[in-house]
Amino acid sequence: MVLEGFNRSWLGSNWSQHVLFGLTVLLSVGAAWGIPGFATTWNGQTLLIHGLPLVLLAVGLTLVLISGGIDLSITSVMALASVLGAKIMVDAGGGVPAVMLGLAAMIGVGVLVGAINGISVAVFRMPSFIATLTLMMLVSGAAILFTRSQKIAGLPDTFITTGQQLWLTGSLVLVLAFLVHLGLKKSIYGRWLYLVGLNRRAAEISGVPVKPVIVGVYIASGILAACGGVLLTASLETGDPVMGQNILLDVVGAAVLGGASLQGGKGSVWGAVCGVGFLVILGNCLVLMNVHYYYVTIVKGGVILAAAVLDTQRSTRA
Amino acid sequence: MKTRPWFDAQGIRKSFFAREVLKGVDVAVSEGEVLGLVGENGAGKSTLMNILGGVLFPDVGHMEIDGQEYVPQSPRDAVRRGISFIHQELNLFHNLSIAENLAVADLPRRGRGWLGIDRRKLRAEAVDALQAVGLHLSPDLRLDQLSAGEKQLVEIAKAIRRRSRLIIYDEPTTSLAEPEIRRLFAIMADLKARGFAQIFISHQLTHVLEQCDRVQVLRDGEPTGMGPAADYSEQELVRLMVGRSMDQVFPGRKERKTGEVTLQVSGLTEPGLLENISFEARSGEVLGIAGLMGAGRTELLRVLFGVDHCERGSISLHGHEVSQWPLRRRVQAGMAFLTEDRRAEGLAMDGSIFDNSAAVVLPEFARPVTGLLEQKRLGIAVQKLSRRVKLTESATPDSPVHNLSGGNQQKVVLAKWLLNNPSVMLLDEPTRGVDVGAKFEIYGLINELVEQGNTILMVSSELEELMGMCDRILVLHGGGIRGQFHRDKFEFEQILRTAFGQEATES
Repeated sequence: MVLEGFNRSWLGSNWSQHVLFGLTVLLSVGAAWGIPGFATTWNGQTLLIHGLPLVLLAVGLTLVLISGGIDLSITSVMALASVLGAKIMVDAGGGVPAVMLGLAAMIGVGVLVGAINGISVAVFRMPSFIATLTLMMLVSGAAILFTRSQKIAGLPDTFITTGQQLWLTGSLVLVLAFLVHLGLKKSIYGRWLYLVGLNRRAAEISGVPVKPVIVGVYIASGILAACGGVLLTASLETGDPVMGQNILLDVVGAAVLGGASLQGGKGSVWGAVCGVGFLVILGNCLVLMNVHYYYVTIVKGGVILAAAVLDTQRSTRA
Repeated sequence: MKTRPWFDAQGIRKSFFAREVLKGVDVAVSEGEVLGLVGENGAGKSTLMNILGGVLFPDVGHMEIDGQEYVPQSPRDAVRRGISFIHQELNLFHNLSIAENLAVADLPRRGRGWLGIDRRKLRAEAVDALQAVGLHLSPDLRLDQLSAGEKQLVEIAKAIRRRSRLIIYDEPTTSLAEPEIRRLFAIMADLKARGFAQIFISHQLTHVLEQCDRVQVLRDGEPTGMGPAADYSEQELVRLMVGRSMDQVFPGRKERKTGEVTLQVSGLTEPGLLENISFEARSGEVLGIAGLMGAGRTELLRVLFGVDHCERGSISLHGHEVSQWPLRRRVQAGMAFLTEDRRAEGLAMDGSIFDNSAAVVLPEFARPVTGLLEQKRLGIAVQKLSRRVKLTESATPDSPVHNLSGGNQQKVVLAKWLLNNPSVMLLDEPTRGVDVGAKFEIYGLINELVEQGNTILMVSSELEELMGMCDRILVLHGGGIRGQFHRDKFEFEQILRTAFGQEATES
């Protein structure tokens, strides 16, 4: 009986994610039936190209949200990684070693920014909102300065063609998401993370290595954001210093929609994936229906608000 | 003897989801009377008080105030009809002044109400109200500059200012030190003389019998006893609350053999908090730490465990100098620390029973590098411990701990530490906010642990508890050890005098 409870505890109370998943499927089926141009290969590819980087970002952000913080620097990490990687690939001659070097630099940006965020929050006890907001400004400023606001074109063909293989990038995202899921639900790090998010003091006194856990979470978020930058750079075929500047709120929205709480201690990879899926498909439907961009934003905002209200209702009643 | 009670409730019944929590309860209290209400956690006291306060509606039942029917629709109605609550967690704003707190629900306005607050009147009213509770403080002081006892008096002053006639105290003494408790009781006696009706809810049965004219006992939503306080003894009250006779408040002790020194402390000093503290504790021993609030009891435990640091001194655990070790390493070496503030530091309240129980011991069930947990083994271990601490069977491991009663929450904290097989346990107020039945079980567990060779350091504000449980008591005052008592020479008054700093004693 305890083992059963054990498993339930592991999965958490995630009925809202199942509801969200159901809604996403329902929306897709409805769109396939009612909106011409939705159920086409071309549109499917658009959805993936648009959605895959978002999934990586939302998964990373969810980790930070579980710890009780927020990471606003993720899109600036994408941008800096993008221009730095592109520059290195182009300057180093465009061969396979150059691509490898560029990729390493991109991931390096994620690690570095994540580590600074994590140390600010865990060791210097800065509010994560301020720590990551200031770093976002610094990093995106650096990205723009680095290229004098120019895009970097002429990326190596190997990078572009490989990075545009949707089956490849799709499985990469799938593997990364699954690894994070495994770590979160089945490993000691995941249990520690939830404990830190639920009550940092109690976790500290129970001997949980709180600071390393928090630093780790921001580094993970940075790496995932950098990976998102890799995918987006490949699909745009350029290094872009203002990459992803409009998607931060979509990412936060997707994570919240997926059940993560800004109070900490709640959230899951599956929820983040569903959140992204729902928002991307919803946006796509509206665009296909020729709804104006501004309305699309309003509708998305409304959906996220509704999810947040439902969530607080549920948790206050408990 | 009195004509008619000022407040009279008859046959109150209330069910939640088909579970009846109040099964026909009468409560009556007259002017100038103090009614003591006792019962275990979950006996229905809170529900009953919520009904009186207009937070909940009774399913059945009739209430009258001063002969007039009373059907509150909201807490505002209760206030309007003259009922005020003094809660455990006080309803005060720490960033406002005393005067503003007192009048927060109806600030005196200038002119016809749109011209702002009448500061002069606000202040004058506050001075009157503070005088009524004997609190000689400036009404301009901010609440966060007050002690716990003073805040409580402000709450009472608030009730008086609102012209309440019935004041209901919910566990008013738990966060107070002895002199503050005495001051509270003096105010209560004064209010009684001035004709206030009062209801006193407490787990401290000594206080109840001492302060109340009448007592009423609840068990599982049923009244099991009611009458003049003089007719009851503590044992009798416990029997009525628990439904079985409990000859002793403390479980029997087996013969104990103390072993080698497990914890040796010398010269522990942190300016302003701890002053040259030295002692040793042995395996198979319960060492009590007595003292008033602020004497350094909690600070001492926190330094020993590595939560807080201290300037000088050494701590030796099983012969290893640990004062420079981080907290984690001390846990691995067999230390455990049950904190006094369960909600803030003991438990992740929204986390499940399982997650909380496993919090300390996780590393022992994780595979190297990948960190993947051996879930089955961990599940079995947690289940075993839950049984050992006698955690309620009605809660599943995945339910959040905030649904549990105080006693069961404390058992989860104990289970969390016991899973790690500690050898030196620091217990800070282990039975605070815990009902009588669970208290007895926790005492039993402590005895069992000590018989198995554990060393237990126990801090408690209840001296009776320390005297019942400990082999030896150290008395702290002003951050230093002022006396030491052995079990055969425990004497209540002498320990208390030492705690008040009136004499230094060695026995």
